[in-house]
Amino acid sequence: MAAAGPSVFLLMVNGQVESAQFPEYDELYCKYCFVYGQDWAPTAGLEEGISQITSKSQDVRQALVWNFPIDVTFKSTNPYGWPQIVLSVYGPDVFGNDVVRGYGAVHVPFSPGRHKRTIPMFVPESTSKLQRLTSWFMGRRPEYTDPKVVAQGEGREVTRVRSQGFVTLLFNVVTKDMRKLGYDTGPPDTQRASGPSPPQGLPR
Amino acid sequence: MVSESPHLGHQQELVQEDSDTRSLSMTSRRGPRSLPPIPSASRTGFAEFSMRERMREKLQAARSKAESTLLQEIPTPRPRRLRSPREKELETEFGTEPGEEVQRTQQEDDSQSYSRVKFRDSVRKIKSKPPVPPGFPSAEEAYNFFTFNFDPEPEESEEKPKAKNRDGTNQEEEEGEEEEPPVQGEHKTDEEELLSAKDDEDFLLGLDHRAEDFVAVRPADYESVHVRLQMEKELLFVPSRLTVPTYKKLPENVQPRFLEDEGLYIGARPEVPRACQNIMENRLLTQEPGRKWFGDDGRILALPNPTKGFPSRPPILTREQDIKAELETLYKKAVKYVHRSQHMIGSGDPPGNFQLDIDISGLIFTHHPCFSREHVLAAKLAQLYDQYLARHQRNKAKFLTDKLQALRNAVQTGLNPAKPHKSLDTTQKAINEYKSEIRQTRKLRDAEQEKDRTLLKTIIKVWKEMKSLREFQRFTNTPLKLVLRKEKVDQKADEEAFEAEIQAEISELLEEHMEEYDQKMEGYRAAYQQWKAWKKAQRAKKKKKKQAVEEHPDGEVEEPYPGEEPVKPVPPEPTDRALVEQQVRERAARSRRRPGEPTLVPELSLAGSISPNEQCPRAEVLRREDVKRRSIYLKVIFNDKEVSRTESRPLGADFRVHFGQIFNLQIFNWPESLTLQVYETVGHSGTTLLAEVFLPVPETTIVTGRAPIEEVEFSSNQHVTLDHEGVGSGVPFSFEADGSNQLILMTSGKVSNSVSWAIGENGIPLIPPLSEQNIGFRSALKRADAISSIGTSGLTDLKKLAKWAAESKLDPNDPNNAPLMQLISVATSGESYVPEFFRLEQLQQEFNFVSDEELNRSKRFRLLCLRSQEVPEFRNYKQIPAYDREIMEKVFQDYEKRLRDRNVIETKDHTDTHRAIVAKYLQQVRESVINRFLIAKHHFLLSDLIVEEEVPNISILGLSLFKLAEQKRPLRPRRKGRKKVTAQTLSDGDIKVLVNVIRAYDIPVRKPTASKFQQPARSSRTFSEKRAASPTTHSPTHSADYPLGQVLVRPFVEVSFQRTICHTTTAEGPNPSWNEELELPFRAPNGDYSTASLQSVKDDVFINIFDEVLYDVLEDDRERGRGIHTRIERHWLGSVKIPFSTIYFQAKIDGTFKIDIPPVLLGYSKERSLILERGFDAARSLSAGSYITLFITIEPQLVPGESVREKFDSQEDEKLLQATEKFQTECALKFPHRQCLTTVTDISGKTVFVTRYLKPLSPPQELLDARPNDPQATAELVARYVSLIPFLPDTVSFAGICDLWSTSDQFLDLLAGDEEEHAVLLCNYFLSLGKKAWLMMGSAIPEGPTAYVLTQEQSHYLIWNPCTGHFYGQFDTFCPLKSVGCLIGPDNIWFNTQQYDSPLRINFDVTKPKLWKSFFSRSLPYPGLSSVQPEELIYQCTDKAAAAELQDRIEKILKEKIMDWRPRHLTRWNRYCTSALRHFLPVLERSRGEDVEDDHRAELLKQLGDYRFSGFPLHMPYSELKPLIEAVYSTGVHNIDVPNVEFALAVYIHPYPKNVLSVWIYVASLIRNR
Repeated sequence: MAAAGPSVFLLMVNGQVESAQFPEYDELYCKYCFVYGQDWAPTAGLEEGISQITSKSQDVRQALVWNFPIDVTFKSTNPYGWPQIVLSVYGPDVFGNDVVRGYGAVHVPFSPGRHKRTIPMFVPESTSKLQRLTSWFMGRRPEYTDPKVVAQGEGREVTRVRSQGFVTLLFNVVTKDMRKLGYDTGPPDTQRASGPSPPQGLPR
Repeated sequence: MVSESPHLGHQQELVQEDSDTRSLSMTSRRGPRSLPPIPSASRTGFAEFSMRERMREKLQAARSKAESTLLQEIPTPRPRRLRSPREKELETEFGTEPGEEVQRTQQEDDSQSYSRVKFRDSVRKIKSKPPVPPGFPSAEEAYNFFTFNFDPEPEESEEKPKAKNRDGTNQEEEEGEEEEPPVQGEHKTDEEELLSAKDDEDFLLGLDHRAEDFVAVRPADYESVHVRLQMEKELLFVPSRLTVPTYKKLPENVQPRFLEDEGLYIGARPEVPRACQNIMENRLLTQEPGRKWFGDDGRILALPNPTKGFPSRPPILTREQDIKAELETLYKKAVKYVHRSQHMIGSGDPPGNFQLDIDISGLIFTHHPCFSREHVLAAKLAQLYDQYLARHQRNKAKFLTDKLQALRNAVQTGLNPAKPHKSLDTTQKAINEYKSEIRQTRKLRDAEQEKDRTLLKTIIKVWKEMKSLREFQRFTNTPLKLVLRKEKVDQKADEEAFEAEIQAEISELLEEHMEEYDQKMEGYRAAYQQWKAWKKAQRAKKKKKKQAVEEHPDGEVEEPYPGEEPVKPVPPEPTDRALVEQQVRERAARSRRRPGEPTLVPELSLAGSISPNEQCPRAEVLRREDVKRRSIYLKVIFNDKEVSRTESRPLGADFRVHFGQIFNLQIFNWPESLTLQVYETVGHSGTTLLAEVFLPVPETTIVTGRAPIEEVEFSSNQHVTLDHEGVGSGVPFSFEADGSNQLILMTSGKVSNSVSWAIGENGIPLIPPLSEQNIGFRSALKRADAISSIGTSGLTDLKKLAKWAAESKLDPNDPNNAPLMQLISVATSGESYVPEFFRLEQLQQEFNFVSDEELNRSKRFRLLCLRSQEVPEFRNYKQIPAYDREIMEKVFQDYEKRLRDRNVIETKDHTDTHRAIVAKYLQQVRESVINRFLIAKHHFLLSDLIVEEEVPNISILGLSLFKLAEQKRPLRPRRKGRKKVTAQTLSDGDIKVLVNVIRAYDIPVRKPTASKFQQPARSSRTFSEKRAASPTTHSPTHSADYPLGQVLVRPFVEVSFQRTICHTTTAEGPNPSWNEELELPFRAPNGDYSTASLQSVKDDVFINIFDEVLYDVLEDDRERGRGIHTRIERHWLGSVKIPFSTIYFQAKIDGTFKIDIPPVLLGYSKERSLILERGFDAARSLSAGSYITLFITIEPQLVPGESVREKFDSQEDEKLLQATEKFQTECALKFPHRQCLTTVTDISGKTVFVTRYLKPLSPPQELLDARPNDPQATAELVARYVSLIPFLPDTVSFAGICDLWSTSDQFLDLLAGDEEEHAVLLCNYFLSLGKKAWLMMGSAIPEGPTAYVLTQEQSHYLIWNPCTGHFYGQFDTFCPLKSVGCLIGPDNIWFNTQQYDSPLRINFDVTKPKLWKSFFSRSLPYPGLSSVQPEELIYQCTDKAAAAELQDRIEKILKEKIMDWRPRHLTRWNRYCTSALRHFLPVLERSRGEDVEDDHRAELLKQLGDYRFSGFPLHMPYSELKPLIEAVYSTGVHNIDVPNVEFALAVYIHPYPKNVLSVWIYVASLIRNR
């Protein structure tokens, strides 16, 4: 079979949901899941996960560190529908209800190597001020029917969202047989990967 | 100005510094010090330094001086500010040399001071003060920075000059100067030292100190600029801006190679500033040592500038551009426009500055309307004279005479034998040629001479006429005067010459004649010979004939001689010399001057005087006045545009106009035409265009100064008649008094002009280039871009263009020329293709990596396309293979087949053509509807995406408050709604169908008579054992009823869904209770869990009830004690079928269903007498049957698809539509859950008012005739007919998009429909039968929202289920209809406003407005809506033969299926039994399955006495084969695996009109009894 040439390529992603910056919130946990196209299939590892609850660090950074590992392997025949990781962060509000603190998504980097990604997170807004008030009271903030919506473009035009914070992810990407199938994602610039990649938009 | 060297120098210096500090910290502590200030201002000559900066400089100087002196004397550690940031700034900002120099000096300084200071270093200080780590300011430094106080004021005056002329190396001077400031500085630094020492101690020992020590005052943390810069330097890389020498960029020992110099084309590089390039080059050299970025010429590799030189978009001529053009301010130099100026200024730039000089000198009329007769003659005379002059100048006669003379001489010499060296032949030949030439020349000369003579004669004649005219009119108008000068000739010589000439001519002519004569003679002789010969022959013939005549005396008519008898030739006459001489002389007299006659030379002069006006008659005066009033001007027209005009000049009396103007045309366009228009102004009345003169465009060789003045004639065709002496134009006039000999003259004239190309200042002719002329370019501007002008000009000659391209040696590699070269290649290859369109993505072709055909051929690409189009076959195709070769061709087969079959009706799948057509039609309707709604599916609402709590209103708030007080665990808990799951997140195995089988009523029981074939003792024994194990509540009564203790029935329920089968445990008795939950997995088609896909699931849940029968198979009674050998058989009793779509839409189904029990169940009976239980009979008075209670749901609960939010167009009245909306909202407000229907969508997607569907329609006559006397039976028959039409829910066919209502004829044609169609048809039939009938909208079990029919009998109401044909009384508890929303009649709609909606509890009297809210009332009367139904239904009789054929086919197929289902067993068919069953089925149809059981049983017993028989007939409406197969499968008859089992299967189809088929399938298994 291998001699005949591969018919699928593999994408191994491991890494972790490192930390988050949610200046106003504390005691958050996050869920992740992968959204991928029809030509993709997970072969090993966990497609979704839910992390522990973390509290803010006591130092100035006030980082919310999860260090929650991701480890999954996909096989595919087609780069179309490249996997995206969808993150949703939840935490208690004033009354102790679990409310969503942010949704975000990013494509898994397609060049092999180590990648750090900082995703801006957002939440849907209430449709009116009264709604906002009541939802605050009831502890039932607006949520996406499905977090995977944030990885899609369709239907987003009916929503309004607000920015909430950032989540930093680390990916270690290994691909197999992509070049044999004619997809050259190319090795990344070695200097860039080793050097400090400046997180964009991250307050220092 | 700014150069890069400071960076380099700085770096070096930094390194130096680092080493310094390191050595300091290790060996000795030396206070680094800052330099004296850089005298940059004086050095660089920046005299314009601001005062402020100077002050700062001075301050610095003072400070540094103080520090340096301090250092030398007391080497205390100094703040490590070697260089202030200010200094650095200076370095980077200003020139290279100063900075470098300063640093050099500084280093020297350092070394000097270092050596000097070294010995003075005190160890003590180092001990007390820990060395500050390099790169960080110590606390003391920081403190110093803020607190150090400089006092530069006192030394300002003396410092200033010194600072300026200070040289870095001049150390002594510096030292000497610094006497004053050190005192202060020393003092201060001492203090600082103390302080800092203390600080340091604190810092060091801070940890060990007591608490109060922590409250130490510390300077703020500060990172000095210098240090930061240094840090940055380590981190950042700033590439130099200096130009990189070429050798660095090239490999060693390689000379740069310039391709351009070698003649290769390397396009224009994009423009990048030099500095940027340098930075880039430096960066590349530093970062990537390889030189791959540099080309052979040592420059960075660059593609040619990609910017196109010309726009690819055609100019847009819209308003926008106008606006833009208006907005744009364009500066234009003021141009003074001088009318009639000598220069026409072209607006434009030099490249097109070509100049054409047009010199218009004058104009002469050769005829003008104002010509008098004399003028006419004068003009004629002038013309003739001109002719004469021209002839005279050429003097052709003379030339010809000379030539003739020469020829004669030549002939003479040729004939002379004194020249023997020439061969005789050639001479003779030459002489002959000469002679012929002489002849020619002579003729010509004669003609010329004659012309000359006639011309002269005419001149004289005209002149005479003129003279006579002048005399006649007694005045002269023209100054013309002809003088004939006579030139005397020597008469004798002349005569001689004349005579000689004549003689010569005569001799020549004679010679000619002689030759001619000779030729003729020769010809004559030959002819004569011929004639003679012929004559002879003739004579001989005659003789013969004579003889013949003599022989035959009867006197034959003598034939005349044939006509071709040659005439006797006449010998030519010799020429007579005298005659020739006479001819010659005559001619000479005519054409030549007579000898001795003087030669006349006419001379025309303008010396004559014109009679003054007074002497002229009035008409002539008028004419002259008229001429004076006229003036003439010329317009210069260039390329059909007027470019200039001459001044208007009066017409002179001599009809000459002198202009003498030169027009310099500066042109851009290649001249195509150059025209002068002659305008005449008469007085003030206006101008008339006399004529147009077309001037030739000059050759490029004609430049100003060399151009001759040319006269171009013109003429006009205007007709002018004048009332004075003027002859007019185009009008006949005559010179004669009698008006004869008329003449018509047209206005004509001559313009004398010259056109030439101008010569520029530097002597270059301003001519458009030759090349353009060749290819016919119109514009000189477009010379640079040949292709664009080719595109625009239609006059392109591609051959010439190619030639030009070859001549001009275009570089074929230059992209600028690429389109041109391509065009030429196209042109030369013959096929010319110039696109005349604009293409948006004109570069698309270049980006296509394969051709379109190839791309379309790719299977993978096709698959991807189809999937993205959501074509049903591929919508959820997973893992499309990576290669084409891995895609099987058969993947597309289904799809292609579907496409192919779209219009082809395939009868193979459908055993009936009509149904095939219907199926195809339905498929097409469905496709079109689905396509219409596919778009709507992708429209999202906020609620689709975001879950948000509703804003609570007061009542909800109140309720929730009330809830707070509620008990935590109420005694009667309420069902909480389950959370619904959107379908998209699901996958296989997530969804389960839960079936809760609770209990059943009134199951048929085994007949005791069956015991005849069984061994009751055995089975009872086995059963009693069982009973002990599972005693049920019912069993005691049963056992009581049956004395033998035999159980009536042991039913269990088997639920099958998508071929998954689950069954309950076995219960006992006719009223069993299971209360078991069965779980069946659900698999969506193609794994597509979208709403649309789930809605279209056609699978049914089959709930089958079986009787479990145990048979003892023990062979030998003796072994009975030791083992039990029984076989379990199960007998199908009945089934309930619930479509999945119903479950999906209802979310849960909870209720009691009637079990569909076959009309004949052999071996079972419903012994009512035996089951007299708790008064059920009363309730079941009308609808006897078995019932089962079920609860079915889906886990997790799925969100049913919503109907499409789309408003359909309608043909209804707008008012009516508004009323319907109002009605519906009102109803929904009161009873939100009751169904209210006013408008429905018809099959073409239009909204129709619902009552239009109801109209009396007569059922088939066949049905009416069956039971003419029994209306109830007829009604049942009709209901049965309707129920035989197959049921097909709209939700399945239209994927839940909408509910489409088809009219009854459409329904009958389609032979498929859901409840509405059935109900409408049934209601229409009832209406035609004279019943009071309504369509009843409500919800039933298990259908959900549905339509039933309500009829009013004499005293009671009947509820008809149109799909099954069953009817129920109003108070029937088992009526599946559970709630009633509204009633629809043919003319009104009534909405149920009663408290309850259960049919049991409501009043159906629609006349009561309190109970029923009617749509049409007094306020809105019924407008009399026409029906959408047809006038009447036409029923065709069904083809019986086709039905029979279908029956055979079904039977065959079913048999095959049963054999397929039993792959491991032999399937035997009992033909005898089959035929018996076949006979029985029509009986069943006739009796509609009632009251035949006993007869049938008896008959069967008679026939199959020794078989144990189990089987039953199935009855279904026929739609297609699949449901039949499913139904047979669900009975499980094939499951029997007794070795010697035999099967029987019979099919009967009873055709009803309109192709409605009632199908009966009798399936049975037989086991032979031993």
